[in-house]
Amino acid sequence: MSPPALVEIRDLNFTYDKRPVLQGINMTFPRGKLVAIMGLSGCGKTTLLRHIGGALKPNRGYVRMDGQVMHELSPAGLYAMRRKMGMLFQFGALFTDMSVYDNVAFQMREHTDLPEDIIRSLVVMKLNAVGLRGAQNMMPSELSGGMARRVALARTVALDPMLIMYDEPFAGLDPISLSVIGDLIRRLNDALGATSIIVTHDIQESLKIVDYVYFMANGVIVAEGTPDELRASDTDFVRQFMHGEMDGPVPFHYPGADYRLDLNLRA
Amino acid sequence: MTVINTIRGIGHRIINAVWRIGVAARFFFLTLLYSGNSFRRFHLIIKELFSSGVMSLIIIIVAGLFVGMVLGLQGYETLKRYGSESALGVMVALGLVRELGPVMAALLFASRAGSAMTAEIGLMKATEQISAMEMMAVNPIARIVAPRFWAGVISMPLLAALFSAVGIFGGYLVGVVQIGVDEGSFWSQMQAAVDFREDILNGVIKSLVFGTVVTLIALFEGFDAPPTAEGVSGATTRTVVTSSLAILMLDFVLTAIMFRGA
Repeated sequence: MSPPALVEIRDLNFTYDKRPVLQGINMTFPRGKLVAIMGLSGCGKTTLLRHIGGALKPNRGYVRMDGQVMHELSPAGLYAMRRKMGMLFQFGALFTDMSVYDNVAFQMREHTDLPEDIIRSLVVMKLNAVGLRGAQNMMPSELSGGMARRVALARTVALDPMLIMYDEPFAGLDPISLSVIGDLIRRLNDALGATSIIVTHDIQESLKIVDYVYFMANGVIVAEGTPDELRASDTDFVRQFMHGEMDGPVPFHYPGADYRLDLNLRA
Repeated sequence: MTVINTIRGIGHRIINAVWRIGVAARFFFLTLLYSGNSFRRFHLIIKELFSSGVMSLIIIIVAGLFVGMVLGLQGYETLKRYGSESALGVMVALGLVRELGPVMAALLFASRAGSAMTAEIGLMKATEQISAMEMMAVNPIARIVAPRFWAGVISMPLLAALFSAVGIFGGYLVGVVQIGVDEGSFWSQMQAAVDFREDILNGVIKSLVFGTVVTLIALFEGFDAPPTAEGVSGATTRTVVTSSLAILMLDFVLTAIMFRGA
């Protein structure tokens, strides 16, 4: 029998301002796997990540990580759980008042009593893994978008987390940085023996690296499967999404009044 | 209907204001609660002392010098009418130590360091740095807010004292060096008339209160700012306006308690 999954989401419901954002979400993230959550902007992907991180409380259902239900944890328990997680934010969210080196060393200094020479070795190793050992003395403002994302990645894995979450890791990157980041995500996951969740809408890049995909639309899961299954899928939504078609189950037009009425034309 | 809507609008604003005061009080309490870490790692406070205290030195020194020089000039003009020019030193010193030092230094601190704190924290929030810190299991109030708070509380009395000292020197330059008031009576009357407990200590207490209030307002506005460009600019403006008004109102209250015609 396979070991229990690292993260399980069961019947998760979340409502914001009376608007249902997530409805009856069931997902499983097995240990060691790289799973993508894809969908259109505003479909609830980031909200889902915030639930996994314990930043939001669901209205119904639960997220269970490593055997514990996230929203039932005390603040201290939640912080203890978050030490096992790493999260890469969309634009890196590097601390702008610290150098690259200090950014990567941040969690080590906050959470451990390691002497500075060991921290130094660890930081250099993490930066080497993302190819930026030479940039350790630079400030975040001196980095390009792709470099900042890689530094943030080194900072995310600084304490070797069990679970790594990526919020739109490919947004706004040039093609070279894009494949570098994609490759790093896969290699870091396997090297650390971690489990990764990628929230993205970049189909081509993520299908190359992930093991399993969930498609979301309007707060529900509309399709799921391995990359090969999805490529072969003939579901309308998956086809529209995979090929970037303008119209389909997801309409081009935002709902509004009748066009003729808006133009003051009477039939 | 419009009447009801107006009343509803007023009520809504009042409830919002009270709500914000409550949130700010909770924020203050949490800042104190999570301050232990800042004192165990004092270098965090020292870094903030540099950016809020040391970086405010120039503005405090220049402003103090000119305020002191104006006091010297105006004081001389008034005292001359009563033939008591020799009391110029007393007037300049008491004016600065009791009132102008703490108040002016706090106003300058609010616009120089307070606005910078609000903008910095607001932008950290807008660029998800604070969320990132929370996801790293680091409490942002303990790591970001508390060191800045204590740096403000510590640097404010020092800046106010410096303002008064430089101001007295400015008064000396104008009164003694330029106009020619007797130097001996300028200093000796000042020494005799300025009381340590009554004047200097009360001035220090005032600047401690102002430092606490200004820094708290600046940090709260930054932490509470909507994470957008407009949100941060609005919060920065509110920091300067709210803390300036708070300083002037509190100054009256403190003066009334400390020096009520005694």
